[in-house]
Amino acid sequence: MDLLLSTTIVGPLIAAGLGLALRSHPRARDIVTLIGLAAAALSSFAILRSVNLNGAQAMNVGGWSPEVGVVLVADRLASLVLPVALSIIFVVELFAIGQRRTAWGANPELAGPLLGVLTAGVSLAILTGDLFTLFVAFELILVSSYVLLTHQGQRAQIRSGMTYVVMNLLASTLFLLGLAFVYAATGTINLALLAERIPELDLGVRLGIGSWFFVVFGTKAAVFPLFSWLPDSYPTAPTTITAVFAGLLTKIGIYAMIRFHTLTGMDELGPIMLVAAGATMIIGALGALAQSDVKRILSFHVISQIGYMLMGLGLFSAAGTTGAILFLIHHMPVKTVLFLVGGLIENNEGTSSLDRSGGLAARRPLIAVLFAIPAMSLAGLPPFSGFVAKLAVVAAGVDQGEAAMVAVALVAGALTLLSMAKIWVGVFWGTRCEAPRPVPTAISNRRLMTTATGLAVAGTLTISFFAGSLFELSQRAAEDLRDPGHYARVVDS
Amino acid sequence: MSISLLAAIGGLTSVGIYLITARSLSRIILGFSLLGHAAVLALLTAGGPPGAAPIADQTTPEAAANPVPQALALTAIVISFGLTLYLLALARRQHVLSGDDKVEDDVEDRRIARLADAPDDNGTGR
Repeated sequence: MDLLLSTTIVGPLIAAGLGLALRSHPRARDIVTLIGLAAAALSSFAILRSVNLNGAQAMNVGGWSPEVGVVLVADRLASLVLPVALSIIFVVELFAIGQRRTAWGANPELAGPLLGVLTAGVSLAILTGDLFTLFVAFELILVSSYVLLTHQGQRAQIRSGMTYVVMNLLASTLFLLGLAFVYAATGTINLALLAERIPELDLGVRLGIGSWFFVVFGTKAAVFPLFSWLPDSYPTAPTTITAVFAGLLTKIGIYAMIRFHTLTGMDELGPIMLVAAGATMIIGALGALAQSDVKRILSFHVISQIGYMLMGLGLFSAAGTTGAILFLIHHMPVKTVLFLVGGLIENNEGTSSLDRSGGLAARRPLIAVLFAIPAMSLAGLPPFSGFVAKLAVVAAGVDQGEAAMVAVALVAGALTLLSMAKIWVGVFWGTRCEAPRPVPTAISNRRLMTTATGLAVAGTLTISFFAGSLFELSQRAAEDLRDPGHYARVVDS
Repeated sequence: MSISLLAAIGGLTSVGIYLITARSLSRIILGFSLLGHAAVLALLTAGGPPGAAPIADQTTPEAAANPVPQALALTAIVISFGLTLYLLALARRQHVLSGDDKVEDDVEDRRIARLADAPDDNGTGR
């Protein structure tokens, strides 16, 4: 088990180092990166299996005791989210290899190794058992994302990259200050010990810490009103990079929130979270409707969907947390696929603007199908995974009599469907006034890109097919989270 | 907990926050450096009363300062050092591209401003 846990973090890091060393051998570099990412993804599936059979497990890195050392904890939540996240990164890297030799692709010398570092950060953030390692993992993710966003040095990227960097750096600084507060109040940063000590604090101190970290993780997750950096910066990066960001980065923020706020029993923050969740959903969906570019529409939907996960968490019930976890698992692949399809559209049309494209369904029906499935899933239409996830969150809301929240969630769902229809009408139907200017791409590369997108769509369909068992797994993960002693027992054993 | 340390943390934080509200990235970088120092000092203060250097055979655990926040502070210093370098590179690139290092309004704000027919200020370095 220790070997598996380490592989998910160290594997991609080694691949990143080798990838940098192999700068002048593109093929070897791509293969090394893929092997590193595949090793991490396969280990994560083995972890999922092992946790399901033997229960949650912990690893003390370097043999230090949990109070002073770094602990990696594979509980049900971590083991459920990790395989989804790592498989996504693998598929995106496949797509990126296909796209690299085109004008729209990311710089191959840097993008592959940086993606490896980002993967290590994601694994570490999901598995870590203490707040400071979570901070380091966030920095690992953010530093590689800063460079991925701006490494081409184009004007728009630098401009929006600055907003992105400044916002996230502010959140990181607040995180560090928050760590000092937590340490001063409790004398530990270990999550298992915090789960025991934070509930014993005065109400004021407890809520102070809870709201402080709500702001920190909320900025990373682009929760209203801290979202403004997202729709501006995401669309400027190359598609593959946006796909990873949209699928993973904000979700890591929500994951950290699910982990920290349920573990430390911040139930009193529920009402504030619900208000923020409602505003996030509606404003994200309305923002999306006002856009006329595929990538910008999708970026606003990243925000809108965060609202559903926050709503599930804000209900602070077993059913609500289950919904949030299920939504997280459904949303990561769906969002990534939509951005990958956006990349295919861009590649075929030479633009991602709705006004300048049209009639793609007749010319490339396969892309239309690849778009339609995740789009309907995002809007929450049955039988796709989005329906199950949304149903779980909304049903939990109904159970607790949060009628207003349920209404907001349903309206936001309808608005999502509307803006997906807008993309469909703009890109796939109608005729275009000028001839399309596809980006010159070799057939083999185009095949690789389509195959990667197809794989990802198949992944989202798999989630729909196994929605029942995934729901049960999420339910068990939520029960573990809401049992305060469980995490501590895992870490101590 | 020492009053002078608390005052230092408060002073660094307020000056840092003031600087990061500026438009120019070089001021923002200075602001983040100060905020980083404030956070590191806060971590050290959180570690409890001062004591001897926590080295194994030179002192007893009772007389030593708490080593955990010191380890955390060191890590945080290294991270903020790297980030400051990156920010400086970003400011330099922006300077090469547009002749200044201003953080600009986001696309959506500018689009809405244009839609509302507001007078377009060209003074923001475009």
